[in-house]
Amino acid sequence: MRVSLFITCYNDTLFPETGKAVVRVLERLGHTVEFPAGQTCCGQMHWNTGYQDEAMPLLRRFVEQFRNAEAVVSPSTSCVAMMHDHYPLMAERLKDEKLKAEVAALLPRVWEFSQFLTKKLGLEDVGAYYPHRVTYHASCHGLRSLHLGDGPQRLLRAVKGIDLVEIENLEQCCGFGGTFAIKNAEVSSAMLSEKVRGVLNTRAEAVTGCDNSCLMHIGGALHRERTGVRPVHLAEILASEEGGAR
Amino acid sequence: MSEALDPRTAPKFQVAAKTLLGDSQLRKNVRHATKVIQTKRAKVVNEMPDWQDLRESGKQIRRHTMRHLDFYLEQFERNCTAAGGHVHWARDAEDARRIVVELVKASGAEGGSAKEVIKIKSMTTEEIQLNKALEAAGIHAYETDLAELIIQLGHDQPSHIVVPALHKNRSQIREIFEREMKLPGTDFSKLGGTPQDLADAARRFLREKFLRVKTAVSGANFLVAETGSVCIVESEGNGRMCLTLPETLISVAGIDKVIPRFEDLEVMLQLLPRSATGERMNPYNSIWTGVDPARADGPRTFHVVLMDNARTEILADEESRQTLNCIRCGACQNACPVYQQTGGHAYGSVYAGPIGAILTPQLMEMHHAQSLPYASSLCGACYEVCPVKINIPEVLIHLRNKVVRQQSAGLNILGNPEVMALKAVAQVFRSETVFRASQKMGRLAELPLAHKDGQGVGWIDWLPGMLGGWTRVRDLRVMPKQTFREWFEERAEDAPGRRAVDAEKGADNGR
Repeated sequence: MRVSLFITCYNDTLFPETGKAVVRVLERLGHTVEFPAGQTCCGQMHWNTGYQDEAMPLLRRFVEQFRNAEAVVSPSTSCVAMMHDHYPLMAERLKDEKLKAEVAALLPRVWEFSQFLTKKLGLEDVGAYYPHRVTYHASCHGLRSLHLGDGPQRLLRAVKGIDLVEIENLEQCCGFGGTFAIKNAEVSSAMLSEKVRGVLNTRAEAVTGCDNSCLMHIGGALHRERTGVRPVHLAEILASEEGGAR
Repeated sequence: MSEALDPRTAPKFQVAAKTLLGDSQLRKNVRHATKVIQTKRAKVVNEMPDWQDLRESGKQIRRHTMRHLDFYLEQFERNCTAAGGHVHWARDAEDARRIVVELVKASGAEGGSAKEVIKIKSMTTEEIQLNKALEAAGIHAYETDLAELIIQLGHDQPSHIVVPALHKNRSQIREIFEREMKLPGTDFSKLGGTPQDLADAARRFLREKFLRVKTAVSGANFLVAETGSVCIVESEGNGRMCLTLPETLISVAGIDKVIPRFEDLEVMLQLLPRSATGERMNPYNSIWTGVDPARADGPRTFHVVLMDNARTEILADEESRQTLNCIRCGACQNACPVYQQTGGHAYGSVYAGPIGAILTPQLMEMHHAQSLPYASSLCGACYEVCPVKINIPEVLIHLRNKVVRQQSAGLNILGNPEVMALKAVAQVFRSETVFRASQKMGRLAELPLAHKDGQGVGWIDWLPGMLGGWTRVRDLRVMPKQTFREWFEERAEDAPGRRAVDAEKGADNGR
C-alpha cells in the first residue's frame, strides 16, 4: 500500500526518531511511505485553545496535501482525533461544500499508526524485538475518541522479549492537555504526579504510548526526578529488531 | 470556605486551584469520595445491557424539550395551575429571590411559618444565593439534606452538585456537629464517630424542625409538562418530610427542568440515580401534582417559581445549548481528573467540575468565569459518563473561542502575550518555508537554555514567561539536530526512487 505519512508538527521538530520508526515498520511490512512536503500542523492547538479562525487554514492545507492519499498514517492519537472529531464541523462552519465533501471522503482513510496496523492491516505481530520491561500509557484521545481499545497492547504483547506490565491508572488522563499544561500548570502537574507514580509502581524501564505529547509530559517529569525511566513511542518499539538492526 | 460561591467575584480557576492543591486533607477526601461513587456507578451502569440506548433516549428527550421549551413550559403552567398549584415566572435571580421572599412572608396567613423555612437540597436555590436573601428579609432557612446541613452548620459552601459536602470527611463532620448543633434539651457535644451516630444526631436535630416549621422550599429534578407534576428524588427521606408536612411548599426550578411526558420519567429515573449515586433507584421518589383537592394530605398551598436566569441566552447559542440538557447527576464531576485534584470550590460557583466549567460562564453570559472553559485537559471522561450525552469537550472548545474573541477584540490583543503568540504560530504553520525556518530558528534560540546530561542528551530545565509553567515540574528535551523532514529528504537523495512528494505533483500524476 502507498502510505502518506502525516508526521505532525511536533513529531517533525522534536521527535524525528518516531517518524523514522514509522517508516521502518511500514517499509518492513512491504508498504511504500510518502511524505507530502507541504504538510505542517493539523490545527489542534489552535482549535482546542479557542483560536478557531487560525485553525481553519490548517484544515485546508491538510486536505490539499493529502486529498489523493491512499492511506494517511500519523503517529499521534490527538492529532488524528482532532481531524476525526472536528474537521467535519470546521468544514461545516466554513460553509464550503467542496471542502465538506473532500473532508468526508478523506477522513475514512486517515489512521493513527497503531490503528492502521491493527484495524486496517489486521496485524498484531510486526516482527519486533524489544527485551525490556515496558508499561503502556493509553492517551485519552486514543481511548475515548479513536476507541483504540487494547489494539496497542496487542501489538506490544506480540513483541519478542518484551515484559509488558499494565499501569494501575491506565484510563486516567496524564494531565497534559495541550495548552492546559501551561495555563493550568499546577493542576496539570498534580495530575502528572499521579501518573508518574503509576509508571514507577510498574517498575518498568520505559513507558510507551501512541502520542508523544503525553510522553513528553510524562517523560519530562521522569527526567526531572532522575527516575531513569524513559519515554518511548510505540512505533520505536515496533521498529526494533533482533540483532539490534533498528 | 465561608464566602458565597459567586462567579462575579471568584478568583480565576488557576489561582483558586493552586491554594486548594495545598490542602492535603481536602484532596484526600475528594479523591476517596469520587472514587467510591465512580466504582458504584460503574457497577450499576455495566449491568445494564441497554445503557447506551438509554443515554441516547435521554439525549433525544432533552433535545426535543429544549427545541420546544416555550410550548412545554406553558403546558406545564396550565396543568400545574389546573391541579391547584400557583406558577410564578422569574426572569433572573433577583426576581426569583423577591418572589420566594414574598411567598414565604405571605405563607404565615395560610398556616405556614412566615419567619422560618425548611429546605430540601437545591442547587438552583444555591445558584441564586436564596438563603442569604431570606436571612436579609428576616427569614431563617434550615437545610434538611444531611450534606447541606453540614455545609450550613460549617459555614461552608457546596463543592459538588449531588454530594455538596464531598470535601469533608467523617471526623470533620463530627466536629462541625458537636460545635454547631444547638437544640434545647439535647446534648450534641459528645457524638460517636460512626455514620449511624452522625445520622442519628442529624435526625434528632432536624426532626424538631420538620414538626415545627410549616413552610418549605425545594428545588425540582423534573417538571412534567403533560401532567403539571413536579418530581424530586433523594436518598434520605428529608425531602419527603419537607414535601408532605408543611402547609406551604415553594419549589424553585430552572426552566430547563421540564420534560414533556410522564413516561419520560421512565428513562430519566433510570439514568439519574445510576449516574448520580450509583443506585438502581433512589430510595425516595416523590412526584406530586398541585395540591390534594380535599386538603387532607400534603401542603395546602403549592407554588412553583420558574426561573430563567440566563438559560434563554444559552438556548439561543446553537453550539452550546446542549448544556441545558444536564440533569444534574454529577457523574462528570466524579469522573473528572481535574475535579479530583482540586475539588469543587476552585470553580468559584455552585456548579463545579466539567458541567460547571461550561454552565457557569454561560449563566454569567460570558462576562465572568472566563478561566473555567480552560479548566480541563479535554480528556473526555465527562462526555463518556454523561447520561444525556452532553459533549462537554466540544462545548468547552466553543466557549474558549468566545473567550478568545473577547480577548482579541480591538486593542486588547496588544496586552495579551498568549493571543499574540498563538496568532504568530498560526502564521508559521501556514507556510512550509516559514515552518522550516522556524524549526531552524528554534534550535538556535533554545541553545542558551540547554545543558547536557550524562548521556550527552541536551535538556532544558528553565523556560521564561508563560512557558515557565512547563519547566516548574518537567524537563524538556532539546530539539534534535535534524528534523524528520530533513532526514526523510536526505534519505530520498541517497536512495533513488524514494522521495518526498509534492502533493500538487502527485495530483498531476493522476493519483
